[in-house]
Amino acid sequence: MTGVDRSRLPDVGPDPAFAFPEIVRHRLPNGLHVRTVEHASVPVITFVLQVEGGSGADPFDKEGLAAIVADMVDEGTGDLSAIDVSDGLSRIGADYDVDVNPDVTVFSLTTLVKFAERGAALLADMTTKPSLRENDFGRVRQLRLDRLTQLKDLPAAVAERAFLRLMYAQHPYGHLPIGSDAALRRLSLQEVSTLHASMFRPSRATLVVAGALSHDALLQAAAVFGDWKESASMSDQTGQAASALEPSGVSPPRLAIVPREGAAQSELRIGHLSARRNTPDYPALLVMNALLGGQFVSRVNLKLREEKGYTYGARTGFDWRRGLSPFVLQASVHTASTAAAVADAIAEIDGLRESRPPTHDELVLAKTSLTRGYPRNFETVQQVARSVAQLALYDLPDTYFAEFVPKVNAIGEGDVTRVAFRYLDPTRLSTLIVGDHSAIADSLTTLGLGAPSVLPLEV
Amino acid sequence: MRPVQKDRPYHAMTSSDIDLPFTKRTLANGLDVIVHEDHHVPIVAVNIWYHVGSKNERPGRTGFAHLFEHLMFEGSEHHNKGYFPPLQQAGALLNGSTNTDRTNYWEVVPTSAIDRALWMESDRMGYLLPALTPERFETQRDVVLNERRQNYENRPYGLAFMALSEALYPATHPYSWMTIGSADDIRAMQLEDVQAFFRTDYHPANASLVLAGDIDTERAFDLADRYFGDLTPGTRPSPVVADASLAREHRLVLEDRVELPRIYIAWLSPAMFAADDAELDLAADLLANGKTSRLYRTLVYERRIALDVSAHQHSRELGSFFLLAATAAPGQSLADLSAEIDAALDGVSATGPSDSEMERALAQAEAHFMYRLQTVGGFGGKSDQLNAYNVMRGNPGYFSADLDRYRRATHETVRDASLRHLRRDARVVLSVIPRGQPALALAGSEPVSVS
Repeated sequence: MTGVDRSRLPDVGPDPAFAFPEIVRHRLPNGLHVRTVEHASVPVITFVLQVEGGSGADPFDKEGLAAIVADMVDEGTGDLSAIDVSDGLSRIGADYDVDVNPDVTVFSLTTLVKFAERGAALLADMTTKPSLRENDFGRVRQLRLDRLTQLKDLPAAVAERAFLRLMYAQHPYGHLPIGSDAALRRLSLQEVSTLHASMFRPSRATLVVAGALSHDALLQAAAVFGDWKESASMSDQTGQAASALEPSGVSPPRLAIVPREGAAQSELRIGHLSARRNTPDYPALLVMNALLGGQFVSRVNLKLREEKGYTYGARTGFDWRRGLSPFVLQASVHTASTAAAVADAIAEIDGLRESRPPTHDELVLAKTSLTRGYPRNFETVQQVARSVAQLALYDLPDTYFAEFVPKVNAIGEGDVTRVAFRYLDPTRLSTLIVGDHSAIADSLTTLGLGAPSVLPLEV
Repeated sequence: MRPVQKDRPYHAMTSSDIDLPFTKRTLANGLDVIVHEDHHVPIVAVNIWYHVGSKNERPGRTGFAHLFEHLMFEGSEHHNKGYFPPLQQAGALLNGSTNTDRTNYWEVVPTSAIDRALWMESDRMGYLLPALTPERFETQRDVVLNERRQNYENRPYGLAFMALSEALYPATHPYSWMTIGSADDIRAMQLEDVQAFFRTDYHPANASLVLAGDIDTERAFDLADRYFGDLTPGTRPSPVVADASLAREHRLVLEDRVELPRIYIAWLSPAMFAADDAELDLAADLLANGKTSRLYRTLVYERRIALDVSAHQHSRELGSFFLLAATAAPGQSLADLSAEIDAALDGVSATGPSDSEMERALAQAEAHFMYRLQTVGGFGGKSDQLNAYNVMRGNPGYFSADLDRYRRATHETVRDASLRHLRRDARVVLSVIPRGQPALALAGSEPVSVS
């Protein structure tokens, strides 16, 4: 016999040494911030261009504008049509992606190192000199309107949308990037053009270049962005106001429902506004969330899925942004178990504050799950480039990744209880249900949350 | 060390710049072990494939393989509680999945936790049944029923694949049911059935283990042998044999909770890695993937009669299917979409892709093979690919040969593959339409219902 000792689990050795690769900062004469990172595992390069302004930059009544601007970027530049741009991307095997988040818009292009210059040139032309043609605008807007129609059938999308509105009301964070039907219909190409001009300026953007080249060569690959002209007008705050604006005077209902007759499951969102991403309590909040509902082995998932069998999965998290961000629990539960699942979920959140503080074992599990696996977040060049862009987004130091593990390791039981008290408040939780109203109405009265506000499909 | 049956260090067979090197040995109990070194990040991927999926199920017992996958996370004899806590505490990311052909399990762990991961994986391979209680079985049955509601019943167009599978394959063919299984079968499952399933399909001779990442090759083999070497060998189950053919066009309509009608066109096509499989993959891109594809241009960009269009060669072990789908823009008819799609299919079958289209397709294929070398673990990572090639081809070194299939394709071979397989007289055309509006379906469609 080879003699495996099956009476006990093997211990885990000391954490392997891990160092985030060096980030070198550059500033081009036009004001563009460039950060380069060498990453040599495969001959691939990623460019991430992050511009200030996302869905939070949408003017009141024009919700969805920033996302259309982002969409119009690959719809043509110079003599190239939308099809030509797509063809150009395909011919260098590029993986192109756009992410419109509440504070910034992030464009990412990954290609083989041998196509680095072509990739950079294409990305620069697309983002800084889009054609913004009326015909393309009409098509892009119509596709988004049709997409909104389809989203009405997706309970998770309906819930996301209604929950943001509950949390933020008319605050610039109170809508999804895709916006609303009525707002999209009001938009004009002129507004697209105006927002593009104020958002897309080198002094307001960060370019991260990561790949299997030296810092000098990475910077050289991005040289084409040096041709991007800063407009003459004064500094612009577009998109930066949302995070500074406090969502005041919003008092969401305790219980709300978007009826969906005949639904096999109820889609749940339970939460409230809680913290900002750059709070010094971030590491403690991560640990708190990991043990409450941030991973498979968390109180919420073990209760709702493993013990009760109400759902395929339940989790909690923060929908981070620069400004005040929601803490939210989400799950899709069997219709018949809706009220019971809500009660159990709220009890788990409540319990963490007082009746059931974290045990030593839970704390160790939560912390090690965050720290020991940390290096795998930086395996690919895209992961590395996007991580560095996050530093720019949240104004975090270049030493952030090196300091993460020690900071998490320093969190104690008292810290978790303290942040649970400070950032979670069961009496402020709003419960949103997308589900079969008539089937669950009676059981909801047992929750003690009052009569539900009945919300329309579009809020 | 235990004796090994074979030792085949691998040396790159081609001068290809895109390569996935490995070493493979088979333990005495039949377990294939494959090691790939990559020291960029201090992590190791553990990946196990069991060559069993819903294709190994019988009518009336569907959903078995997948429910079983859930039970593998509930504890084994020497760790008689949840599978996740000791691994998450060790910093692991882990998951598993079941499809028609195989079940896979993986962990990505810090190098320092490799012993723990292998201990856990080997314990559930060798000693699952003593820990399998009726309570655990019943809870997971409920979880799976919830998964089914969430991913199929409560999702727009979520039942379309069920309708297509039933129409493409005869009722005795295991691809005629979905891996998730029928709700009735799941409810009717007995613990004894599950135990028998484990004995037949979960043992070293029906499995393949890959260790990839920050680990020395010899140490990896030592550890694999140490933890798995004394597990009892079983008998590899005999291959599943099943045939399917279509003799005409079947037109079907399914009413669903959707806002917009969608058309699905499905064909039976050659099995994974068989002749024409790669060509049909290329044909799918040419027809309907990306803005440069022929159908996106016509349907979405120029005529604006569709919101989206996609095509995919779903490569599988016993035989593949090729699926094309398009969603009508509001007010547009499926008949109009269908006519444009048929015109595009005729075009590909008549003249094939242009030289320019082939160049573009090859550039994309080469880049995507390169991107596949970026991660060691998880679904689709290098460890998963080595197991796919080993289990489906008996050769983990098939990566380069796989890419060569695409490099060898020409406009003639893509044209001929389309002509042979994407025929109008042997296919299933499914209209999925909003409830209560049967007139939106293609003419002559027979109603189907699935649940």
